[in-house]
Amino acid sequence: MSREKRISRGAFLKAMGAAGVAGSTLSVLACQPNTSATGGGGGGGGPEEKKLNLYNWADYVAKSTIPSFEQKTGIQVTQDFYSSNEDLLAKLQAGGTGYDVIVPSDYMVAIMAKSDVIQKLDKSKIPNAKNVGKEYEGLSYDPNNEYSLPYQWGTTGILYNKKEIGQLDESWDPMWDPQFEGKVAMLNDTRETLGAALYKLGYSVNATDQEQLDEARAELIEQKPLLSGYFDSTESRPLVLNGDLLLGHVFSGDAFLALSENDDLDYVVPKPAATRWTDNMCIPNGAQHPENAHKFINHILDAGVGAKLSNYTYYNTPNAAALPKIDEALRKLSGYVLPDKVFKRLEVIEDTGEATREYERIFTEVKSS
Amino acid sequence: MAAATGKTTGRTGLRGTPDWALLLGAGFVYLFLYAPILVLMFFSFNSTRSTQVWTGFSLEWYGELLRDQSVHDAFRTSLIVGVVATAIATVIGTFAALALSRHGFRGQTFADTTIYAATVMPEIVVGVSLLVFFVAIQFTLGITTIIIAHVAFTISFVTIVVRARLSGMDRSIEEAAQDLGASPVQTFLRVTLPLILPGVMAGALLAFTLSFDDFVITFFVSGVGSSTLPLKIYSMIKFGVSPVINALSTVVLVATMLLIFGGSRILVKKEDA
Amino acid sequence: MGGGKGHGWSLGLAGLLAPVTIWLGLFFLVPLLLILAYSFGTSGIYGGITLGFNPGNYLKVFDPLYLEIIGRTFFIAALNTLLCLALGYPLAYFIVFKGRRWRNALVLLVMVPFWTSLLIRAYAWVVILGGNGIANRTLQFLGITDEPLTLIFTPEAVLMGMVYSYLPFMILPLYAALEKFDTRLKEAAQDLGASRWHTFWRVTFPLSLPGVIAGSILVFIPSAGEFVIPDLLGGSRTVMTGNLIQNQFLQARDWAFGSALSVLLAVLLLGAIMFYVRRVGTDKLGGI
Repeated sequence: MSREKRISRGAFLKAMGAAGVAGSTLSVLACQPNTSATGGGGGGGGPEEKKLNLYNWADYVAKSTIPSFEQKTGIQVTQDFYSSNEDLLAKLQAGGTGYDVIVPSDYMVAIMAKSDVIQKLDKSKIPNAKNVGKEYEGLSYDPNNEYSLPYQWGTTGILYNKKEIGQLDESWDPMWDPQFEGKVAMLNDTRETLGAALYKLGYSVNATDQEQLDEARAELIEQKPLLSGYFDSTESRPLVLNGDLLLGHVFSGDAFLALSENDDLDYVVPKPAATRWTDNMCIPNGAQHPENAHKFINHILDAGVGAKLSNYTYYNTPNAAALPKIDEALRKLSGYVLPDKVFKRLEVIEDTGEATREYERIFTEVKSS
Repeated sequence: MAAATGKTTGRTGLRGTPDWALLLGAGFVYLFLYAPILVLMFFSFNSTRSTQVWTGFSLEWYGELLRDQSVHDAFRTSLIVGVVATAIATVIGTFAALALSRHGFRGQTFADTTIYAATVMPEIVVGVSLLVFFVAIQFTLGITTIIIAHVAFTISFVTIVVRARLSGMDRSIEEAAQDLGASPVQTFLRVTLPLILPGVMAGALLAFTLSFDDFVITFFVSGVGSSTLPLKIYSMIKFGVSPVINALSTVVLVATMLLIFGGSRILVKKEDA
Repeated sequence: MGGGKGHGWSLGLAGLLAPVTIWLGLFFLVPLLLILAYSFGTSGIYGGITLGFNPGNYLKVFDPLYLEIIGRTFFIAALNTLLCLALGYPLAYFIVFKGRRWRNALVLLVMVPFWTSLLIRAYAWVVILGGNGIANRTLQFLGITDEPLTLIFTPEAVLMGMVYSYLPFMILPLYAALEKFDTRLKEAAQDLGASRWHTFWRVTFPLSLPGVIAGSILVFIPSAGEFVIPDLLGGSRTVMTGNLIQNQFLQARDWAFGSALSVLLAVLLLGAIMFYVRRVGTDKLGGI
C-alpha cells in the first residue's frame, strides 16, 4: 500500500539522450581510430618542461640509468611499463599518447613507421649515435636509422643441459628429436617458432611463400606432441635450470642468466640460421617532450651508461664504445661474444605485411592441434 | 518452535554427513586456495632472482622492496583505484539490484540484458574500445580513466551478487515500515540496507578483487605515471617476475591476516538468536 | 519502496536506475557500439580500421579451426562451472551454517589469496605440479606412483587453474544467498520430522538457487573469455576463445575480426544465460 509518484518519463529519457549524444559524437570521431594527438616533433612554443615520460619493459634499465640522467640534466623521468610490442602498438594506435620514448623491437619499428605512430629522429641532437657499432645500424627494418637507434640486442637459440645430453650440434634438429619427448619447449612467439621451423627447412624467417609456410606448419604440427609447451623465454629458464626441461627455445639474455647460475648448461645459436633481434628507442608522434627524448636517447648511447645497462640486463650492447666495459664474466659466457661466422648466419625478423595474418593463423592452428 | 527440540543450531547439516566431513571439505578448499600462496611466500626468501628454483635463504628481496619506489607507487595506485572504484561500483550496483528486483517495469529486460552483457565482453575489447572512446572525447588518460573503467566492469558483478541476496527476500518488512510512516530513505537505511548488507559486502569484496588484479583493461586506459601493480608485474614477464613481488605479496597477506584476526572484534558477529 | 507489481515508474525507481544507466550507458554501451561498428569494418594491414559494411568478418568465424576453439571453450567453461559449484557450495554452506561468529573472517579469508597477482600464483602452481614438485613427490612418497607424472602444462592443469581462479565468483554469491536463510525454517522442517538430507534438498537448496544461478553465471561468462590460464598453466597448448581474440587484436592486428568474434561470443553467452535463467525459474532471479 505504498504511495508511488509518477514522474514524467522525460527525466529518465534525458539521461538516455545524453548517452545518445555521446554515441553520435563518437561515431563521427571514430572515423579516425588512428588518432595520435596533434602533430609531430618539437615544433615551436616555449621550452619544454623538465620532464620525460618513458614507456619501457619493466627492469630494462640499470639501477643507475635513470638517476644518472636526472642528475645530469635535471629532467624528471616517469617510467611506465608495457608487456609486449603488440600491446604497445595497439595502445598507441588507439590513441594512447603521452609518452616521449618507447622501446619497440625491430619488426615493430617498421610497423610503427608505416602506420605513422612514431616520428623521425633528429640525429643532430644525438651526438652519441656515433657510438653504435657498424653491425648494429642500418638494419633492414630502419635502413637509415631515421626512426630508431638500437638499445639492446641478442639472439634466439637453444638453452640446453649439456651434462645430461652432451654437447649439441649447432642445429635445430634436437628440438624435433623424439628421444627428448616432454622435455622440450618452444617459444610462445609466432615469428620465432615458425621461424625455427623455417630455418630448419632452410628457408628465411621472413618467408611469405605459401608452400614454404605450409611446410613449416607441417613441421610444427609434427613437433607439438614432443613438446612440454610453448613458453615465454623467462618461463623456460627455470624449467631448464631445475631439470624439468632438457632443451629450451630462449632469448639470449635468459640463456646467459641461466648459464651464470649453472655450469651444466650451455647455449647454442643453431645452423643454418637463427634470429638476431634488436630493441630500439623511438619517439612516438605527439610526444610532449621531444627535446628531452633526444637527450635521453643520447644518454643511453653513452659508453658508460650503455655498459652498465648491458651488465645489468645480461643482453648484448649495440654500443661499440661500451664493449670494453662489459663485465668479464659476461663476455666469457658461451654465445655472448659471437664469432663472425656465427654472426653471419643470423637473420633479422621483418614485418611480413599481409602474410602476418597467415602466420598467426598457422600458429593458432598448431597450438590448437 | 526452536525450543521444541533439544538440538538446535549446532546440528544443522546434511543427513549422513557428519559435521566433521563438512569441516574437512571446507579445509580442503582452503588448502587448495592457499597452496600456491605458501609456495610464493617461500620463494620470497630465495637467494637468487628465481621464483621457481630454490637456491638458498635470503632477505634481500625484502630489502629491495623497501628501496624500490616504483613498486610502492604502483601498489599505492592500485589501492587507491581499488578502494574508490569499489565504493562507487558498490553503491551504483546495489541501487541497480534494488531496482531490478522489482517486477515488470518497462525496459526491465533491456536493463537486465545490459547488466549481463557488461560481464560478457572480453577484456581486450573493453580496454581498446574504452581507450578509443576516451581519446575521442579528449579525456586525458590517468587514474581517473582507470577508475571509470574499473567501475564500468565491476558494477554488473555487484548487481548480480546483491540480486542473489534480494531474491526471495521478504519485502513485507519494508512495506510495513512505510505504512508506519517511514520515508523511503529511512526505510532504506534502517530496514533494507541491514537486510542486504552481507550481499552488498560480498559484492564489494568481489569488485575490489577484480579491480586490484586487473591488467588488460587497465593497460589500455592508463595514462602517464598511473601504473598499477598488475601493469608493473605483467611487464616483468620479459625478464622474469622478481621475488620482490613475492615479498610484497607476503607483506600484504601477513598484514591482512593480522587485521582480520586482530580486528576480530569488529568482524566477529554476535551469535544471532 | 514496496514491491508493488505494475508497469509503474516511480521517482524511486528512476533514482535507483539513473546512476547505472548513465555509467554503463556511457562507458559500456557506447564503446560497445564502437566494437559493433568495427566488426563490420575492414582491418588495415598495420592495425587500425576503416569503417564500412563488411560482413566478411563474421563469415570468417565459420572456419573449422575457430569453431573448434569456441566449442572447446564452452566445454571447459561448463566443466569449470560445475566443479566450482561442487567445491564452492560446501564451503559456502560451511561458512554460513558453521561459521557462526567467524563468518565474516572466513569469507575474507577466501578472498585474500586473490589480492596477490595471478601471475605469481600461477608460477607457484608450476612449482607445485612440476616434475620434481610437491605434488609428484607426495604421490611417490605415498607409493601411488613410481615416476613423476606430467601434471602441469596439460588441459587438466588448465581446468584446475580455471577452478582455482573462479572459485570466489561462485562462493560469494552463494554466501550472499545462503546467508539470509532463515534458520527457523530449517528447524521447523526438522521439527516436523524431515531428515537432515531432506531438509537440505527440499528447503535449503531451493532457497539458495538464486545464489547458484548467480554464481554459475559469474563463473561461466568470464571463463569463456579467459586467456591467461591456458597460457601459463597449459603451456599455450590449449587454445581458448580468449586467446584467439587477444591474438586477433594484438599479433594479427585484425581488429575487425577480433571485434566480430567478440560480438558473436557475447551473443552466444547472453543467449546461454537467458536460456539458463528461464529454464531454472524466472522468479528465482527476480524479474527476467
